[in-house]
Formats: sequence, C-alpha cells, structure tokens
Amino acid sequence: MYKYSKQFTPYLFLAPAAVILVLFFFVPFLESFLLSFQSYRNDIYNPQWVGLENYINLFHAPVFWKTLANTFIYLIGVVPLLVVLSLVIAILVNQKLRGIKIFRVMIYIPVIVSIVVAGIAWKWIYADSGILNYMLEKLFDISKIGWLTDPRFALYSVMAVTIWKGLGYYMVIYLAALTSVPKDLYEASDIDGANVLQKHLAVTVPHLMPTITLVSVISSISAMKVFVEIYVMTQGGPLNASKTIVYYIYQRAFENLDMGYASAAGVVLLVIVMIMSIINVKFFEQNKQPIA
Amino acid sequence: MNLKKILAYIVLIILAIISIGPFLWLLSTALKSQNENIFAYPPILIPQQFTLENFTGVWKQIPFMGYIINSFIVSGITVLLNLLLSALAAYPLARMRFKGKNMVFYAVLATIMVPFQVIMIPIYLMVLKLNLVDSASDFAGFAGLILPFAVNAFGIFLMRQAFLGIPKELEEAAIIDGCNTYDIWLKIFMPLVKPALATLAIFTFVGAWSEFLWPSIVLTRREMYTLPVGINDLQGVFSANWRYISAGAIIATIPILVFFLGLQRYFIEGTTQGAVKE
Repeated sequence: MYKYSKQFTPYLFLAPAAVILVLFFFVPFLESFLLSFQSYRNDIYNPQWVGLENYINLFHAPVFWKTLANTFIYLIGVVPLLVVLSLVIAILVNQKLRGIKIFRVMIYIPVIVSIVVAGIAWKWIYADSGILNYMLEKLFDISKIGWLTDPRFALYSVMAVTIWKGLGYYMVIYLAALTSVPKDLYEASDIDGANVLQKHLAVTVPHLMPTITLVSVISSISAMKVFVEIYVMTQGGPLNASKTIVYYIYQRAFENLDMGYASAAGVVLLVIVMIMSIINVKFFEQNKQPIA
Repeated sequence: MNLKKILAYIVLIILAIISIGPFLWLLSTALKSQNENIFAYPPILIPQQFTLENFTGVWKQIPFMGYIINSFIVSGITVLLNLLLSALAAYPLARMRFKGKNMVFYAVLATIMVPFQVIMIPIYLMVLKLNLVDSASDFAGFAGLILPFAVNAFGIFLMRQAFLGIPKELEEAAIIDGCNTYDIWLKIFMPLVKPALATLAIFTFVGAWSEFLWPSIVLTRREMYTLPVGINDLQGVFSANWRYISAGAIIATIPILVFFLGLQRYFIEGTTQGAVKE
C-alpha cells in the first residue's frame, strides 16, 4: 500500500495544475483547429463542417491581409525601438546619481498602470484640440493632426503608446543584466580613451547579447498580440487603419459571432507566433538561461 | 556637479515627464471645474478653479467600489490559486523522478508558446459549456473569470527554479525524521521559497488586476465588471465629458499605484526572476 501511494505521489502534486491546463489550454488548443473547419454563421448553436471554407474566405478577405500587414508594421516599428531605447534608459539609470531610484520608479509607472487608463490618458493627449497638437503648433507651427482619426497616423499613434508603456518593463530586465557586466572592462576602455558610446558598444552590448535577444523575443510576441491599446483608443479604425490581427479575431468572434472564421485567423496567428517561439526556445537552450 | 551629470539629469527629467506626464495631464483635467475651459490655448496644467466635483460626480454615477471589490476578488483568488497550483506542480518537477517527467516539462513549456488570444474562442466556448458565466450566478461568473488563469507556465517554472535551489540534505534529514512527501513540501520547502512566492504573488496580482480582454468577453452584467472593464465603459457613459472620464480613470489608478509604491523594490529588483512575464 505504501509503495503504491508513493508511486503516485508526483502525479497527485501535478494533478490540480494538470486539470486547469488540460481544461483551459490543451483541449481549447486542439479545439481551435477543429473550430477553424466549422461554420457558426447560420446557427451559433449548431456549427457545420465546412472544410477549408473559412481559410479560403480568410485568404480572400482584403481586411485579413490589411490586419496582417498592420501587425507586422507594429512589430517592425515597436520592437527595435523598445530593444534599443530601454537599453539606453537602463544604462542611464544604472549610474550612481542622487535620486536615481525615484527616476526608475517614475519610468516604471506606465508599466504598472492599467493599459485602459493609459489608453484613455493618451486619447486625451491625442485629441484634436489636445495638448499634443497645441505644442506642435506652438513649437513647430504644425497644423492640427488627427492622431487617432486620420488613417495615416492612427496605427503609429497607438504604437507610440505601446512603446511608452513597455520601456520601463524592459528597462528593468536590462538593469538586472547590467549588474553582471564586469566593472574592470569599463575601466580598461576608459584607459583606452573610449567615449561613452564606444565604451557601451564595445563592452555593454556584447555582454548583454542574451538579454537583448530575450527582450526582442518577448517584445515581438507581445507586439503580435497587441489588443487593448487599440480597443480603447481607436477600435481598429479609422477604415481598419489600426486594426491588427488579434483585434480582427476578437471582432469576428465576439461581435459577429463568426467563431469558425475567427478560429481560422487564430490558427494563422498561432503559426506565426509558433515560428517566433521556436526561435525563443532555441535561444533559451543555447544560452542555458533559466526560463524564470 | 560636472557637465555630464547635468546632462544626465536633464535626460532623466525629460524621461520622467514623458512617463508620468500623461497621468498628470489626466489629473489636471479631472481637477478643473465645469467653468474652466479644458481645451484652453495655451493649456493650463494647474487648474485655475480647483475642484473635486468631477470626482464626487463620477463616484456617484459609477459603482467604483463594486468594480474594485470585484477586481480584488478576482485578483486575490487568482493569486492564491497560482501560488498553490504552481508550488504543487513544481515540486515533483524539481525534486522527484517519475515516469513522463520530461513530457510534463515540455507540455508546460509548450503553453508559453501559445498566446491566450489564439485559444480564447474555444476557452470561451468551454466556459459556456461548463456554465461558468455570470448569467448563471455570481459565483459561476467569478469562476469563469479566474479558472483559465489559475496556473501558468511562468509560475510553475519560477517555483521549480526556487525548489531546485534547496539543498538535498534538508530533504534527507526530514525523511529520516519520518516526514512524508506532503509534509516535506509544506513544512520544509514552502517556508524556504517565500521570496519566490512573493515575486509570483506580486506579478500574478498585477497581471490579474489589469486583465481586460477576458473579462470584457465573458462578463455580461455590469455588477460583475472588474475595474478595467468598468473604466473602459466610462468612455461610453460620458462620451465627451473628459473631466469625468479623467476623474474616473484617476480613481481607478489609485489602488494599483498604492500597491506599486508600497512594494516598488520588489518590482524593480524582483523582475530579475520574473524576466519572462507570460
């Protein structure tokens, strides 16, 4: 009896988490593929098998390609800036200066505040008669810009908010890594007469390469999933100008109740994220960095 | 003070303004009276006719206390479940040998790769099937909000890492003293991983507190709204009344800001461990 129970002990410890993960991860994961071959269009309670119809419709929908393109613009615009700017900020706040902790805390505040509140705050700044337009007019004589209402600007305006909100988060990741850079290397480059930029390019960047990779992977995946900023500030508009793939999935599934079609779009997103995640795991294995 | 330092401070001050400026502007708008032009050119940061009437007005019309209580219930239970389930699941993964261990490990790892947004549709259908929706009862509504986030790979790996760092001798001594596996977990291991539990609790709390997408999908009754859903709703309720919207957004920010400022050293130092959020 004793031996019997001991043999099952590990599984008993795992069981509660396993139930949750099976119910709310593995089953839904498999189901999302099945759903993508069904149509909920005629009857929300009795989906019908439609084969590849959802995928065919999806690939023929200009909106889908538009949202995919927007998502990639998001990715390309947000990730490099987050990777570089947060590193620069981390180096800046890593100095021994009086009151530096207060600055760190202030830069971290956007991370902690609800993205819904942040979205509202920025919507107010971006308003037609808002403070941003005022400042631009006064300083540079630029006439009013519809930051969130002009299709040319909406996506970029929302991207700026994502960057603003992410800087503090990645700054802290970099700060943790910066403590491991040997100090004598900086002293050596000081003796060589290197300026600040040369010093960091020669010492900091090579040492932080694993962290830089980590930051770019995390920020890429979260850029692929961007939703709330858009939901709060533009609702994907105007004219789909700021609609990304997750927003599109949300809209088709929960506004149009077209679950099958939305699932097909979800599978496409999954494939893209998977490719990026495989790179992620490869990186973890290579660098033997603990996941957490 | 040399030139370099002055330059550093200038950049830092600009960064600080960019970081908290949007909230200060929101606060300034919320403190302006109805007679004051909030679109004034030039913009006025310090309200000329300082008033709290927007706060009291919005507080009267919006059940903030209810939203805050809902958010506390959801975030609190989410934290407790995450601590318990992660610590349970991580223990055998760190300290035992058993059949299928690698498979379990990779299954957990795999969940990191699939974003919630990709599987939210079948999760939604699952929650409907299990009748875990607020139209059934408050309890069912909360269960539906919480259970999909009751445990995740980040928590399991964080706890596993913490358990791995405990010396084997402690475990062996406990076995000799006649402790069973459960006792060892509860009485030896759990007290030793308190820092990791604290880190996990803080990050889970903040994550659950700010979760917007899922509650906005499953919640149908206003009385069940969590804070982020309630705040977003302000935009619809007070369409262009920016004084009220701002006041509401500021009220909604206070709890998490207090939480953060109280525990800020855990955030800014503790993120070493929490480098991977999801």
